[in-house]
Amino acid sequence: MSFLQVRDLVVAYGAIQAVRGVSFDVEKGQIVSLIGSNGAGKTTTLRTISGLLRSVSGEVLLDGEPIHRLPAHKIVMKGVAHSPEGRKLFSRMTVEENLRLGAYTRSDEAGIREDMDHVYSLFPVLGERRTNKAGLFSGGEQQMLAIGRALMSRPSVLMLDEPSMGLSPIMTQKIFSTIKELRSEGTTVLLVEQNALSALALSDRGYVIDLGRTTLSGTGHELLADSRVQEAYLGEGVGT
Amino acid sequence: MLATFLSQIVNGLILGSLIGLIALGYTMVYGIIQLINFAHGEVFMVGAYGGLFMFTYLLPTFIQRQWYLALPLLLVGGAAVSTVVAVLMERFAYRPLRGAPRLAPLITALGVSVALQELVRNFYPGATAALPFPRVFVQGTWEIPVPGGTVPLRWTGLLIIVLSLVLAAVLTAYVNGTRMGRAMRAVSQDSDTARLMGVDTDRVIVLTFALGAALAGVGGIMYGTDLGFVNIDMGFQNGIFAFTAAVLGGIGNLRGAVVGGIVIGLVKALGGQYLPGGTAYDYVWIFVVLIAVLVFRPQGFFGESERVRA
Repeated sequence: MSFLQVRDLVVAYGAIQAVRGVSFDVEKGQIVSLIGSNGAGKTTTLRTISGLLRSVSGEVLLDGEPIHRLPAHKIVMKGVAHSPEGRKLFSRMTVEENLRLGAYTRSDEAGIREDMDHVYSLFPVLGERRTNKAGLFSGGEQQMLAIGRALMSRPSVLMLDEPSMGLSPIMTQKIFSTIKELRSEGTTVLLVEQNALSALALSDRGYVIDLGRTTLSGTGHELLADSRVQEAYLGEGVGT
Repeated sequence: MLATFLSQIVNGLILGSLIGLIALGYTMVYGIIQLINFAHGEVFMVGAYGGLFMFTYLLPTFIQRQWYLALPLLLVGGAAVSTVVAVLMERFAYRPLRGAPRLAPLITALGVSVALQELVRNFYPGATAALPFPRVFVQGTWEIPVPGGTVPLRWTGLLIIVLSLVLAAVLTAYVNGTRMGRAMRAVSQDSDTARLMGVDTDRVIVLTFALGAALAGVGGIMYGTDLGFVNIDMGFQNGIFAFTAAVLGGIGNLRGAVVGGIVIGLVKALGGQYLPGGTAYDYVWIFVVLIAVLVFRPQGFFGESERVRA
């Protein structure tokens, strides 16, 4: 049984169905990517898993336990952390306050301090500027803080929505290598990316979402080699 | 000359710190759910009547006679009554409208305001007229000598200034320095993302209403003690001032609410003394100041200007 199972998820905004049947599995310790074009339903899927949206039907099981009827704050307590699209930092708060909010569900002060230091060692620039307001940081630094904040709840599943959005190629590389590093520490990552090439290259598994449905799946390498994926999402220059 | 001026400054500070205390409730609720809770003035009024009820019907005579026993009990009792009313109001009037168009809770707030006034008018014994309020604090005046005369400072006025500022400082420290305070600020900046951090937004919203109401309840008791009577319009009048203070200071900003309150108190006292028309026009000057500030600084003294979202 997979650690996170999403089964036939259907989500609607009023009369419009944004997700019409998404199913996928995330194994413990893996990086799993959801790729697909803009508006395919990837972000809606993540927002439904974390409880910000309610599904019309379908289920989400974490370690076999259904979580799709729980309010968002309880889902965090179950171990699902969600770093949302656009980073959504608390821009008028400091780095440290943002991290403390990430640890809101915890009360083990010593462990919180330890994890904060861990975030600062992953991203030294945050440690150097821990009393600065988050709104003053560059896009890449904000993304680091968004990931760090999500890590502070000690999640069993870390969901990252478009972590490379708006970042320079160098910064994108840095973020992706951090994601790999997190996997090597044992974190399970569910990644949503438009940057399909980079995402699949580091993923253990990938799913293609098209018009609100999961249409293809395979290991990262299988999908990279799939002609349909290449045509639809990777463009011409693949492999060059 | 100087004595008159300073006396009006003192009057302005007394009224202004009370207005500021009430304004904190307006500004906190607005900061969290972008609702102008027009019923907050009535929460202040209900606190005063709750304290009056407690004093009249519950406290034994020996406690009534000792202000240092009666005052703390009334402050706590008034705060408790206000808090209960505000929590019920949030639960049954505003929470069902969460996610509705913003006009719906606003109209509801006006309705709750009228309902609370009428409930007190109809059910509190004798509330159709002003009721005497026990003076549960040291009576008398400190005559502060200044060149050319003295400046009177009522002890109850001093109580209002000191307690209001202390409570405002405690509230600010709570919001800036505790885990729940951080959650309140997070909900006010971005409630969806706060939920992703594990914040139970419903709980934070109730807490916000409760804190604002407790301060208003304390204000209601001090107001009654200072004036010596209460009436059911007290919430409407002072609520309008406090709402104006919150807007003036920059709605959503705690420091702004207190500063805005003091500005309004000073404008009312000094305007009534020195501007043509006297006290008959003091309301006019308050709103002239409000309009002038909003024309030149729409976000108020300390408010952040609206930023375009990327």
